[in-house]
Amino acid sequence: MTTPLLALSNLGFAWPGQAPLLDIASFTLQRGETLFLKGPSGSGKTTLLGLLGGVQQADRGSVRLLEQELSALGSAARDRFRVDHTGYIFQQFNLLPFLSVRENVELPCHFSRLRAQRAQQRHGSVDQAAASLLAHLGLKAELLQRRADSLSIGQQQRVAAARALIGQPELVIADEPTSALDADAREAFLQLLFSECRDAGASLLFVSHDQSLAHLFDRSLSLAELNRAAAPQEV
Amino acid sequence: MYLLRLALASLGNRRFTALLTVFAIALSVCLLLAVERVRSEARASFANTISGTDLIVGARSGSVNLLLYSVFRIGNATNNIRWDSFEHFAKHRQVKWAIPISLGDSHRGYRVMGTNPDYFSHYRYGRSQPLNLSQGRAFADDPFEVVLGAEVAEALHYRLGDQLVLAHGIATISLLKHDDKPFRVVGILARSGTPVDRTLHISLAGMQALHIDWQNGMPARGAGKVSAEQARALQLQPEAITAVLLGLKSKIATFSLQREINEFRGEPLLAILPGVALQELWSLMSTAEQALFVVSLFVVLTGLIGMLTAILTSLNERRREMAILRSVGARPWHIASLLILEAFSLALAGVLLGVLLLYLGIAGAQGYVQAHYGLYLPLNAPSPYEWSLLGAILAAALLMGCIPAWRAYRQSLSDGLSIRL
Repeated sequence: MTTPLLALSNLGFAWPGQAPLLDIASFTLQRGETLFLKGPSGSGKTTLLGLLGGVQQADRGSVRLLEQELSALGSAARDRFRVDHTGYIFQQFNLLPFLSVRENVELPCHFSRLRAQRAQQRHGSVDQAAASLLAHLGLKAELLQRRADSLSIGQQQRVAAARALIGQPELVIADEPTSALDADAREAFLQLLFSECRDAGASLLFVSHDQSLAHLFDRSLSLAELNRAAAPQEV
Repeated sequence: MYLLRLALASLGNRRFTALLTVFAIALSVCLLLAVERVRSEARASFANTISGTDLIVGARSGSVNLLLYSVFRIGNATNNIRWDSFEHFAKHRQVKWAIPISLGDSHRGYRVMGTNPDYFSHYRYGRSQPLNLSQGRAFADDPFEVVLGAEVAEALHYRLGDQLVLAHGIATISLLKHDDKPFRVVGILARSGTPVDRTLHISLAGMQALHIDWQNGMPARGAGKVSAEQARALQLQPEAITAVLLGLKSKIATFSLQREINEFRGEPLLAILPGVALQELWSLMSTAEQALFVVSLFVVLTGLIGMLTAILTSLNERRREMAILRSVGARPWHIASLLILEAFSLALAGVLLGVLLLYLGIAGAQGYVQAHYGLYLPLNAPSPYEWSLLGAILAAALLMGCIPAWRAYRQSLSDGLSIRL
């Protein structure tokens, strides 16, 4: 049996002076798996993403990514480990408006030598990797030099996906990335994302409150059920 | 390098605020450098005004007053020196040369000085540099010849052979003019950067001729008037002069002759050592000079605080930018470095623009400042001291950049990857 890509066990977290926010007995994500995690408001979604990225540290329990216990790493090492192995797609895409499309996609390669190396190995160069990913995601080459904020919502979303995927991180975490799209565009984007994750060999942890997408994933879970401390507090 | 590119791109996104900040720093840097340059040039020009003169003798007053009117052509003498007193000391065994100076008239705001031809051969400025004629010759036997300082000729557009009328008194606009006795320009001195440039030099005979028919401070009328032609035929020996410049045979004799002059029984006189009096005068002015410098330092500080305010104000609205960078792998120190680089870039751009403004200002105002204030501002490269000031400004900007950097660092740790705005 292969070890999971991501494994949480007996995870507990509370903000100082507040009631416990997360209490997860066990959670795993297998390599290459796509997982839908339903995360309504107040379920501890944002905090969980912070713990998975190693930005926050759990009060108890364990977060293991690629068999590495995150709490065993120092703060700087956790930052490095996160960018080496995790790509993020956010609800609002979070592109830097003053950079070009290409520069936005290449950002992680400037902060992670590992991802830059992988991009070079797979595509010849970081530039080529960005262009290739964007082309696969349906973005025309002439848009590469445009400012990110001059693109449509759908185009920005693809740029955000390309940025998360460049340098083949083992884990892609998508936080409500389709909430701004209509149903058809949502499914089309997801198919593209699945395809790219497959090509890159990445696992996808997709967090959303839109249950209608769940059937497209290998597996579906509800954070509210997973988190024993869930309460409708967090927005 | 990549962080610098990011910082510049981020600044470019806020270019209006960034440009205003750069401009504020540039103006303050320009002001500081301008004050420093005027200060150093004024000091150099001041110290170079007179050299080679061992004693300056005038009517008894204060040493600074005597220095001001005899060398800088500022203010007036409290009294004159009798001609026989001048002759007494001119013939003194320790005296190598004596130059009489007679002041009191002017021409369109520039002082007229009566003297003798020895002035052109013995007067020294700077590092014992003699006065040189750029055109023409020194005045000779005709009493109505004038030698112009370089600035007078340039500002008033006089050439050799031009005739000009001197005015009685030293007011810029004088109602009493010696228009019956015009002077002819026979020589123009090369620029010296001293008050000599702003002086019209005539012979003592010329000075005497101007006032030969004056009584009780008023020109004679009717038959009492003496024409220029008549004056030429007269014995034009002055009865009194304003001051005397003395060169001694031996420097050792300076103090003994100074004491002798100060104790002269013929009339109350004052002898001063130019170097000592210059020092005394500069020490009076240096307080104002230092105050000006401190004020301009505070202006620079204000410019830098403006930069700090602009960066700090932008921090909150840039939390998203910081969080995005964190999500793509930037560590908190990257975020802090970005802010420091931003502050440094703003200050560097401000310093460069400030230096450019300074040189444009000097190029534009050089002629005017020289003509009106007698201060020559050279278009030289920054001096080592000016470089150190610029370096200090950049270092201060770096130091100030640490404040928003620290805040951004703390913020990026607490915000993490999420943006709660």
